[in-house]
Amino acid sequence: MGVGIEVRGLNAYYGKLLALKSIDMTVAPNQVTAVIGPSGCGKSTFVRCLNRMHETIPEARAEGTVIVGDMNVYDNDPVEVRRRIGMVFQKPNPFPTMSIYGNVAAGLKLNGFRNRKQIDELVERSLKLAALWDEVKDELHKKSGASLSGGQQQRLCIARSLAVEPDILLMDEPASALDPISTSKIEELIFQLKQHYTVVIVTHNMQQAARVAEFTGFFLMGSLIEYEKTEKIFTTPSDKRTEDYITGRFG
Amino acid sequence: MLKQPGDARAQKVSLWRRTKNYAATWFAIAAAVLVLAPLLAVFAYVLIKGAGSVNLAFLTQTPKPPGELGGGMANAMVGSVLILGVASAIGVPLGIGCGIYLAEYGRGRLGDLVRFTADVLNGVPSIVIGMAVYGLIVIRQKHFSGFSGGVALGIMMIPTIARATEEMLLMVPNVVREAALGLGIPKWRTTLSVSLRTASAGVITGCMLAFARVAGETAPLLFTAFGNQFWNLKLNQPMAAVSLQVYVYALSPYDDWHRQAWAGALILIVMIVAAVAAVRIATSRGMLKGVS
Repeated sequence: MGVGIEVRGLNAYYGKLLALKSIDMTVAPNQVTAVIGPSGCGKSTFVRCLNRMHETIPEARAEGTVIVGDMNVYDNDPVEVRRRIGMVFQKPNPFPTMSIYGNVAAGLKLNGFRNRKQIDELVERSLKLAALWDEVKDELHKKSGASLSGGQQQRLCIARSLAVEPDILLMDEPASALDPISTSKIEELIFQLKQHYTVVIVTHNMQQAARVAEFTGFFLMGSLIEYEKTEKIFTTPSDKRTEDYITGRFG
Repeated sequence: MLKQPGDARAQKVSLWRRTKNYAATWFAIAAAVLVLAPLLAVFAYVLIKGAGSVNLAFLTQTPKPPGELGGGMANAMVGSVLILGVASAIGVPLGIGCGIYLAEYGRGRLGDLVRFTADVLNGVPSIVIGMAVYGLIVIRQKHFSGFSGGVALGIMMIPTIARATEEMLLMVPNVVREAALGLGIPKWRTTLSVSLRTASAGVITGCMLAFARVAGETAPLLFTAFGNQFWNLKLNQPMAAVSLQVYVYALSPYDDWHRQAWAGALILIVMIVAAVAAVRIATSRGMLKGVS
């Protein structure tokens, strides 16, 4: 089951540049929360701070409190944090030298998990959850992950994240590199996933946020301007800047 | 040349443009032939001169004393294999390790220093490396040895492998590393099992290039492995190598030794090609298992 996220006073930097300014946000468990905003507003940085991927960039750092379930993210080993908070990236990024099976099993095997039978089960379960199982079950070992289509690759990456059984799934514009059909498949999938996981999704596409998310946060220049139920934010936003953005006046 | 579909359209392309296209294409072909020609010429010449002298005796016997006909290079062939084994055991892990450091960690001043040192080491004449190893190992041990020859060749392999590994790792897209880190895989594991594995084809090519380059080296072996007319499998004794034997025989006044030098050169080429091919086959099979 998914758990909630508590963010308090989160600041993120790139060198001396302050990219996120004192963000406070509460993400509800087993819900989809969308993060929207114009390019460069800090929305990707925000989700990358939640699983401490932000600090893998040279000179980047973050400070503040992020509590996921009972774990204080910034007091724990980043490796352990990332195991519990999965991430799907903008561009599908399967491991090019591994088979479909190898890709999904990678998070388990490379973390020292050895039980073959259990890995087999988790691979099958994850591929089914990611709605890819029927398309690839006959060539799990034969085909390389990179030989799939873009949309399939992205679902493979989702399956790969699910296989390590995280509590939270972060998605950084997961459909922005995909065609409309693949996009709708991913959206359908996100809808299914919230039964088991808490999902935070960054998106450029406001219709997408409206379609998949219960809650939406609007970021602008490193600040969280408004955070509300999706319905409310798209119909009666309380901040002028939010209204300007969603009505297409800028961004 | 340009009779392709849409010929009517091709007609419209001006004569001057077609001439330029034609000239550029032929220039590229000519350049490719010019690069291949010397290689083929050398190989053909060695084959013609040497093939007749490669026989069972040559492959199974040790050298005969000066003046006596016959004998072979069996001991030198085994010696070359042993020395190159030592060289690879030193050069490959150190080179790859150094390349990993440069690509994944070496962004600061130490990285620049290591990179610069590797480039300088790459340019040091091989005989100087032989002398350095002579000073470091041979003088202290007070005798020549196959091992010291392997060390000299291994040192020569390091910079080539290190820079090739670095280049190949830098070509691995960062999103692949992020994918692994995002799964909660530790950095060292990501580097070894994901980045290095993704780059493995290029890294292996780099290792093979370094191996082929040192396999024919003679100068660094002159003061280290020294050469040996007799069977020797002990690495702490003077050891024969095909390249050394070819060098000695080619400079000798005897026709029979000249003949054997050509045969030795041919055998050396065959050994290198066989080793490179064997590694290629082994790794492509090994990689295919978990791969495609």
